[in-house]
Amino acid sequence: MKEEIIIAGFGGQGVLSMGKILAYSGVMQGQEVTWMPSYGPEMRGGTANVTVVLSDNRISSPILHAFDTAIILNQQSMDKFEPLVKPGGLLLYDPNGITRHPERDDINIYKIEAAEEAAQLKSAKTFNMIVLGAFLKVKPVVEMENVLKGLKKSLPERHHHLIPMNEKAIQRGGEIVKEVTLVKA
Amino acid sequence: MKGNEAIAEAAIRCGADGYFGYPITPQSEVMEKLMELQPWNSTGMVVLQAESETASINMLYGGAGCGKRVMTSSSSPGISLMQEGLSYMAGAELPCLVVNVVRGGPGLGTIQPSQSDYFQSVKGGGHGDYKLIVLAPASVQEMADFVELGFDLAFKYRNPAMILSDGMIGQMMEKVELKPQQKRWTDEEVAQMHPWATTGKPESRDYNIITSVELDSEAHEKFNHRLQVKYRELEEKEVRFETTDVDDADYLIVAYGSSARISAAAIEILREKGIKVGLLRPITLYPFPTKEIQRLGAKMKGILSVEMSSGQMVEDVRLAVEGKVKVEHFGRYGGVVHSPDEVAEALEQKLIGG
Repeated sequence: MKEEIIIAGFGGQGVLSMGKILAYSGVMQGQEVTWMPSYGPEMRGGTANVTVVLSDNRISSPILHAFDTAIILNQQSMDKFEPLVKPGGLLLYDPNGITRHPERDDINIYKIEAAEEAAQLKSAKTFNMIVLGAFLKVKPVVEMENVLKGLKKSLPERHHHLIPMNEKAIQRGGEIVKEVTLVKA
Repeated sequence: MKGNEAIAEAAIRCGADGYFGYPITPQSEVMEKLMELQPWNSTGMVVLQAESETASINMLYGGAGCGKRVMTSSSSPGISLMQEGLSYMAGAELPCLVVNVVRGGPGLGTIQPSQSDYFQSVKGGGHGDYKLIVLAPASVQEMADFVELGFDLAFKYRNPAMILSDGMIGQMMEKVELKPQQKRWTDEEVAQMHPWATTGKPESRDYNIITSVELDSEAHEKFNHRLQVKYRELEEKEVRFETTDVDDADYLIVAYGSSARISAAAIEILREKGIKVGLLRPITLYPFPTKEIQRLGAKMKGILSVEMSSGQMVEDVRLAVEGKVKVEHFGRYGGVVHSPDEVAEALEQKLIGG
């Protein structure tokens, strides 16, 4: 098993922490992992992205030019990363704020209304966990038990009371994720 | 954990006595983590934010003169400011550990990863005939492991050691196994192990003087001879490297640090196409694995030196093979990180043609 994932969106959407929780979940499952963030001024209000690789074997490059999965949370990231999904790979996106929807017919496209759902749950901060839940539903690369361990590991202890809420968000993401069928013109 | 955090954890655990630094992206997590872990409460290790990089390196001079295991970390522009101090420490034969988490230059440059400080690190960035012991980690695990190794080599040879990393290895997170906590050296141990150190003068010996000045040219040439003997010994005994897939290879990639990781992925791409490529990863950049590159290179149809610079290490690869094998360079630079497919494509274009 080797899964190469890019998570991309705005700074503040929880992109990096989603990647971190996914990486820790992989560690809990005994996988090799790398977590490589974009860093620097671009994080302040601009785009943020992180590459996470989960693998049963030693990982060579943490920097990649093509991905098994792209999790896309804003338009700039759609423009940049839709072309970089490997044929047969997965593109998961939140349509909120997306003006140009994905168009490739050689990849699997799913959408998750995470921003809307987080608003309904009255907890904007669970946004990224709803997205993570959606991803794990489509590609269960890590078992839920290990995701919860990963969540616990990556949150400081003073935030551990938030774990049930995040767990609920992950489950909710799995329930509401939808496959997108492209209608050919 | 992040590569930068691994440096901090490993420093405490190997029993370092002091860290003196000044923040700069992309390595600020080193001092942040140290401040968070508060080793002054556990091991007694000093962590101090100095007023500048120049001050940091001179604090290292003082600490090292007392036989203490002292370190600093910075990124390219900050390391440039330390060059005078490093030359003085090499001249005074003082051990210390300096971590350079390289970013793109020249000047203030960018905060993104680069490997363009190779010349500065291995050829002596300050004045005079001196060398640093230079270790190049390619994983978060090696960031942790090389702290202790760096200190060990620095003290064994009484010479400053450097971990030459980059923004990518510093910022990325990977699994890492940390060693158990070791005790710091006691004053008695320092005095016994390092008789050159200024630990207080007992009746039984003469004054220890830590200096890099010698105004008598003849005597200074003798001192320089002694340094050269030390460097030859380093070149003889301390070369470290790793090879992968070289046995059946027609082509060789030489790459260190993050470029070695990216090149390993490029080799997977090339081998799927039936092009047999191996990897030689220098772990010590000084001393450089010259002999191994010469030996392996003789069997190759061509060598590609991959580094995030406009071509620095490639000169040492060319010197190693003495013109007997075609050696080409590839690398993005100025803060741009090349991707595995760019490396694979470069090898095909530059060494195979087409």
